[in-house]
Amino acid sequence: MRFLLVEDNRELAASVAARLALDGHGVDQAHTLAQAADCLACAGYDLILLDITLPDGDGRDFLARHRRAEHQTPVIVMTARSAVSDRVDALDTGADDYITKPFDFAELEARCRAVLRRRGGAAQTLRRYADVVFDPLAATLSVGDDLRDLRSREMRLFELFVSAPGRILSKEHLCDRLFSFSEPVSDNAIEVYVGRLRKKLAGSRARIETVRGLGYRLTEA
Amino acid sequence: MTARRAPSLRRRLVVQLLALAAVLAVLLFAAVRFSAERASEATLDAILGAATIAMAEEIRSAEGGAVIDLSPGTFSMLAAMGDERIFYRVNLGAATLTGYDDLPLPEAVPAALAPMFYSTPYRDTQVRIAAVSRSLRIDNRPATLLVLVGQTRAGQSAIAQGLANRAAAVGLVVFLLAVPLSLLAADNLLRPIARLAAAVGRRGPHDLRPVRAATPAELVPLVVALNSFIARLRGTLAQTETFIAEAAHHIRTPLAVMRTEAEMALHHSGDEATRARLRRLIRAVDDSARSAGQLLDHATVLYRADQQTPAEVELGALALALIERFRPTAEMKDMRLTLVPAAVALWVHGDAVLIEAALRNLIDNAIKYSPAETEVTLTLAAQAGQAVIRCRDHGRGVAGARLEALTSRFQRGPNVGDVAGSGLGLTIVSEAMAAMGGDFALDAAEGEGTCATLSLPLRAA
Repeated sequence: MRFLLVEDNRELAASVAARLALDGHGVDQAHTLAQAADCLACAGYDLILLDITLPDGDGRDFLARHRRAEHQTPVIVMTARSAVSDRVDALDTGADDYITKPFDFAELEARCRAVLRRRGGAAQTLRRYADVVFDPLAATLSVGDDLRDLRSREMRLFELFVSAPGRILSKEHLCDRLFSFSEPVSDNAIEVYVGRLRKKLAGSRARIETVRGLGYRLTEA
Repeated sequence: MTARRAPSLRRRLVVQLLALAAVLAVLLFAAVRFSAERASEATLDAILGAATIAMAEEIRSAEGGAVIDLSPGTFSMLAAMGDERIFYRVNLGAATLTGYDDLPLPEAVPAALAPMFYSTPYRDTQVRIAAVSRSLRIDNRPATLLVLVGQTRAGQSAIAQGLANRAAAVGLVVFLLAVPLSLLAADNLLRPIARLAAAVGRRGPHDLRPVRAATPAELVPLVVALNSFIARLRGTLAQTETFIAEAAHHIRTPLAVMRTEAEMALHHSGDEATRARLRRLIRAVDDSARSAGQLLDHATVLYRADQQTPAEVELGALALALIERFRPTAEMKDMRLTLVPAAVALWVHGDAVLIEAALRNLIDNAIKYSPAETEVTLTLAAQAGQAVIRCRDHGRGVAGARLEALTSRFQRGPNVGDVAGSGLGLTIVSEAMAAMGGDFALDAAEGEGTCATLSLPLRAA
């Protein structure tokens, strides 16, 4: 996906951009509302991540202008201000959702997916591996004509594999991406989800191999 | 500390009104007495004068002197004076013709037939004397005839005394009537002050609207001063809110950088010991972010409770928006969030931000403390004039902890395990509900899990 990140704190902007790039997203950074307007004029984005406090104005005013100009790009507001009233304000101004800093990227992704799903989705999100067509937005796998629903964690797990086909992913790495850091996770949790994913992949040429002592990898039979 | 008390306005007012009433009563007494005496004296003088004139006219000159021939009319006039004693003296020139020759003469000779009146002590009593002069020709020489008729005024002074007594009684009655009237007047006059005090006193501890009660012009400066004080207080509180927002900004932005960097480092690090450290770091960041968030939310909720701007809120729409908001969060744990809407719109009178804060904390808790792939159900209903929201989860429950304990600040249940939390969530819920006259209950749900119930009075249809 292509993001426009409007955030005046350059350190945070750089971090967030790098983190999103890690998941294979393209990110343009704007540090002021003026830059954001320039970016929007030149390129199309799947999603705008908008900070509220910016040096040349309030993100909510920008949002209101954006909506008045009938731009359809969904907006997720990143708020660092006192949550209670800001949240309400942001949604009233036309944001699709908001997320409070600091945020869990898994949550950000979940919110992006939810927003895109609500907005009718972006067509380019379909991904293919072997004979499997994967739609992360709809959380489905199709093998031939057989459409299989994935639960959220199964979907996210498969997304990790599809993003790095053939690479060995350690249990810890998968755990870090799949579970929240403040959530107790049992040792065999990953095995459970890998087991389920294998069932969903049954009948396809995609395989999740166990590499003893190292982790798992996605291969094509 | 009690302020030094200035004399009561009411007492001052009553004392002054009563003093005024007393002065008026005395004046009334004096005036009644004076005019009554005057009136009776004038009446008696008129009769005395008429009798004296009649007497003077009935004196005729005779050879070498004068003849007095008193007619019955004159006598009856004198007799009409009641039990008073009568003295008379008729002088022709310097000689006393008849009567009491020691009856005091007037200081000047009265003019013709216009009687001159004067009071003087005579013998052992006080007499009122009318003196009339008349010219006679006796033996062809002019002579001045002086007729004096004196009269005691015992009856009159008795009457005057009676009148004075009555006047005193009237004065007293006026004074006595003035007592309740002045009390009434004082109360009446002071009522606007009492009303203002009641209007201010009736306010809740957090009501900071300016005072708008109708006040008499004299109290306007007081109300203006009070309102400017309230405005200053509001200003201070508003600064507090701005401060809360700023504080949040300054805490959260670096935390966000820290968390993102730590996640990146975790991603790139292959060393398991370092990775464990980074995980702990991220957890700590999450904890502090959550605590900071809850503290600031709590402060905001307290501030909003102070500043409530109640509006009509429809709980159905609010709950639906929240459920949509939490759906991605629940989805991350493969949890299902279900909303069972009420059959009717649930309009309540309250602060949407407070209701949202309460409900958000409940749903957040329900998701946080439930295992993956369970269900959280939000049920809305109207029951006995109350809008009721039930949030039911299949989580770990509260292990019998009492609601009062769980809603105390920084208190957490005995079974929270390693789930991150600040111990403020339920405090926020109960404070928000209390601020709006609502109710919050937490029960063990049938089977397993918890059922949290919020109720708010439905707006009267």
